[in-house]
Amino acid sequence: MAYTERLDGRKANVLRPMEAKVGIIPNAEGSAYFKIGNTIAYAAVYGPREVFPRFMSNPKKGILRCHYNMLPFSGTGERIRPGNKRRSQEISMVMQKALLPVVDLDAFPNSMVEVYVEFPQTDAGTRCAAISAASMALAEAGIPMKDMVSSVAVGQVDGAVVSDLTYEEEAFDAIVSDIPVAMLHNSKEISLLQMDGEISKEDLIASLELAKETVEQVYEVQMKALKEKYQFNDNSEVKEE
Amino acid sequence: MKSFLSVTENVSHLASKGKRLDNRGLTDYRGPITVETGVAKSAEGSARVQIGDTVVMAGVKMSLEKPYNDSPNEGGIMINVELVPMSSPEYEPGPPTMKAVEIARVTDRGIREAKAIDFKKLCVKEGELVWFISVDIVSINDSGNLFDAASMAAIAALKDTTFRPFNEKTGIVDYKGKTDQQLPILKEPLSVTVLKVNGSLMIDPLKAEEEACDSRLTIASDVKGTISAMQKGGDHTLTIDEVSTIVDIALEKAKFLREKLNTGIN
Repeated sequence: MAYTERLDGRKANVLRPMEAKVGIIPNAEGSAYFKIGNTIAYAAVYGPREVFPRFMSNPKKGILRCHYNMLPFSGTGERIRPGNKRRSQEISMVMQKALLPVVDLDAFPNSMVEVYVEFPQTDAGTRCAAISAASMALAEAGIPMKDMVSSVAVGQVDGAVVSDLTYEEEAFDAIVSDIPVAMLHNSKEISLLQMDGEISKEDLIASLELAKETVEQVYEVQMKALKEKYQFNDNSEVKEE
Repeated sequence: MKSFLSVTENVSHLASKGKRLDNRGLTDYRGPITVETGVAKSAEGSARVQIGDTVVMAGVKMSLEKPYNDSPNEGGIMINVELVPMSSPEYEPGPPTMKAVEIARVTDRGIREAKAIDFKKLCVKEGELVWFISVDIVSINDSGNLFDAASMAAIAALKDTTFRPFNEKTGIVDYKGKTDQQLPILKEPLSVTVLKVNGSLMIDPLKAEEEACDSRLTIASDVKGTISAMQKGGDHTLTIDEVSTIVDIALEKAKFLREKLNTGIN
């Protein structure tokens, strides 16, 4: 049986509705809110600041640290016990790897920049949302970056190649594969690639092509939010453009 | 001779003249105060409370558990505070700090001791199955006065909570389902924290004021003005007269917060 119509009626290349905003956490150097479907990410950037523990500091280049965390009430199901788990540790690590190619570490030797991402509610695609939110927060913090990172999950549900899978699709009773992808906007190079499930090479390449197409929608939402911060909302004569 | 004052010294110096860093009155809350519910859809109830630049979020999860042996026909509640490093440059990842534990325990006592929730109504089957409520309060941006924001967020989230459907035979909760049934809330205690800085009493402290404070007293009270929890903090003392004045301020200001809570939710 083929998966001809998606559970929520979306076309294969349509992402769930997105919302984004920057500057939501005044204490942070940079921060962002990113919502895609029922997944909500808050990201905050602190630094460049002193490295702790001190011996880890590098006089030649800076350190980027990422922390991914689902809040205790953010899951569908029972409460999630707080604390570092293997899953969040791994996602924090791949998040850092996804962002490193664009962050100019030479700009802050001997120091570190930390990115914290917290989820108040989730419905699949959290690591992608984390990366998209973190990229916006880093940009708002003024950390030197050579590109924007945008992320989306693609995959195959019962033979159909689709983008931005929901939890229901991930749990679909058929052969399913879930492939979170992060891409640099200008170069279209891949900085995050994971996959679980089963997929053929043809479908994998088709999925990556779909990711390349749909990740643009994420990029547009990210850029719009960043530009909005610098728009004048009053009625004065000054206009941005 | 004039010399520079540190922020702490400045707070203290201003306080002695009845003034504050942000020109507020000593017993004025910052604005805006907002309460928004239903902010985390995966939770059974949730709320986001903002007091000035301070933002906290609370989420309620419910589970069916075996009751404690000494209260076989009563459900339970647990309140936890996560001071996430996202919310302030001074917080680090790791197990809850003393500060987080204190806020959680004071909020917990305010609710528990007021008998704010009718735990007997959380009993499904005596000695076997009761509802257990977990409230997690998370700082989103800490600009001071987490005590008051936390208690307000906890109450707002509890008021927003509805039960999930469950299978009475297996005791399995259907977390995707929803019912209209709300929690049996009897009282809505709210915390008001009063600080003593260089002889002056003030409420709703900024971060710098919390650092400069000599003593503080948090008081949780319900709509009738009954006090259900208190916690003194700070390294210095309070006189009985000061406690009396602080209680007056706290009861008065709890009314103000209660109005904000009720208008925010409706």
